[in-house]
Amino acid sequence: MTALPLPSPRKLGLVIDLDTCVGCHACAVACKEWNEQGAFGPLPDQDPYGAEPLGVWFNRVHTYEVAAGNPLPPPTPARAIAPAASAAAAAPAQGMTVHFPRSCLHCEDAACVTVCPTGASYKRASDGIVLVDEDKCIGCKLCAWACPYGAREYSEVRGVMQKCTLCVDRIYNESLDPADRQPACVLACPTRARHFGDLGDPGSEVSRLVAAREGYAPLPELGYRPVNRYLPPRPRRDGAAAADPAAERFDASRLPPLLRWADRLLSR
Amino acid sequence: MHPALSVVVFTTLSGAGLGVLFLAALLQSLAPLPLSRELAVAPVAVGAALLVAGLGSAFFHLGRPGRAWRAFSQWRTSWLSREAVAATATLGAGAAMAACMWIAPGGTGATTAAIILAGCSVATVYATACIYTSLRTIPAWHNAWVAPTFLLAAGLSGAAVFWLLLSFAFWRPGRAEGLVFALAAVGFALAKVGYWRHIDRHGAKLDTGAVTGLARFGSVRPAEAPHTEANFLLREMGFVLARRHARRLRPCAVVLCGVAPAVGGLLAFAGLGGTAVAATATLSLLAGLLVERWLFFAQARHVVVAYYR
Ligand code: SF4
Ligand code: SF4
Repeated sequence: MTALPLPSPRKLGLVIDLDTCVGCHACAVACKEWNEQGAFGPLPDQDPYGAEPLGVWFNRVHTYEVAAGNPLPPPTPARAIAPAASAAAAAPAQGMTVHFPRSCLHCEDAACVTVCPTGASYKRASDGIVLVDEDKCIGCKLCAWACPYGAREYSEVRGVMQKCTLCVDRIYNESLDPADRQPACVLACPTRARHFGDLGDPGSEVSRLVAAREGYAPLPELGYRPVNRYLPPRPRRDGAAAADPAAERFDASRLPPLLRWADRLLSR
Repeated sequence: MHPALSVVVFTTLSGAGLGVLFLAALLQSLAPLPLSRELAVAPVAVGAALLVAGLGSAFFHLGRPGRAWRAFSQWRTSWLSREAVAATATLGAGAAMAACMWIAPGGTGATTAAIILAGCSVATVYATACIYTSLRTIPAWHNAWVAPTFLLAAGLSGAAVFWLLLSFAFWRPGRAEGLVFALAAVGFALAKVGYWRHIDRHGAKLDTGAVTGLARFGSVRPAEAPHTEANFLLREMGFVLARRHARRLRPCAVVLCGVAPAVGGLLAFAGLGGTAVAATATLSLLAGLLVERWLFFAQARHVVVAYYR
């Protein structure tokens, strides 16, 4: 059924830290690798070793340059939480590079689900994961049109739509070690920039992280109400301050005696 | 958005077919023309054929056409599913009306079927339009101009095809029909111009800073692409027509589906609505609608493009 289920208290999702992500693409590769042999069938590429390979990835890592300059006011000034509010206010003095992994945010108001004519797209009532039943999908691509976050990619090879499954075949997989029951991207991240958990539970580790760092989801104006959150980059240390001329000033009289003697010797 | 030829052709052809069916139903229920039953049924057959041709071209656009029957199941939420249901109901009502017109011309059966057919054909065009207007991700489609222009385009092209068909039976439109047709053509062209002004103003408000949520830190610019090759998103949504091409194509569309059919309507008003005029007006209108529908896709910018540029 493509009608959305009643909101469940459990909202599994990812929290992605844009401050620590180094843009290494390990998450994207780990995702491709796991899901190539996952429960939802393979992720085949068209012309994989040829001139124009084309294939489905559930996760794409963008890299942006944020120029110094007129920052806009933060989108939700009312929800002020001390450290992040200052993060929001601080425009980078010299600009910064931000790596931005982009995948399904498992939206609560997922229009990608309601537009689906076949019932192939659905949102799970139990944990909010948005999935495609690839045995029902007719490949009309309307759901990809409806997704503002570019989370759905169509497989030319299989003729169906594919998307992030939040590794539903890992997180409940009892044949895996409990520590491994997490999405492949989360386990692969070398800087631990990715966190998985229940964002519906305000006491969960991920929820506390979101509260402390003022996590956000982009495009609130479109009303999709994503579950995933991004943690904004922390204010960068100002490069100009590091080159403080005051630190260069040298007062020989404050050196210990041995060095003072050496200084006198060398200054001759 | 990538203007897939099959979708452009589908929406144009099926719109014309639905327009023909609607007019045939309207005439049948209000004032049946004094025609032999072969001639009376012909427009219904042509309308249905256009609709089936359009549906067929959409069918081949699917990744898994064999499962297309599943598209009838989700009419509770999906406009695409509603369109499939409405189009099928239209074909059923059209067949019923044609059968009644054949077996018992002038009976109440034909009138009842005609009323159902008129409702179903309007509902189908409206559902098609709503597939587009319901997408919050594409501002050029998510606005109040789209549904009226779809309905008007279907009615106008249906009237032209209908006129052409009847002209083969030496029927000539009267002054009123000619005038209404000319006014509808002008109205449609004006509606398109209004639509274009609207999308030029409100086309793409969400830029890279907005879609990443990083705008509050400064101006955001893609520094490195996430992938070196194309992907589905860039092929499907990355198509954005150059403005200068649009500037050339828009006047073409206005002339082909506004000015030329309006002149045809005025000629009919003057009593010159013969087959040659009808054929010219119809062909010009259909060609113009193809250009206009192509622009409808080519100029629509999907918000996801802003992640890339
Ligand atoms: S991110 Fe896109 S695909 Fe995922 S739930 Fe939201 S709208 Fe659907
Ligand atoms: S492509 Fe498949 S999942 Fe997406 S809307 Fe069409 S049928 Fe549903």
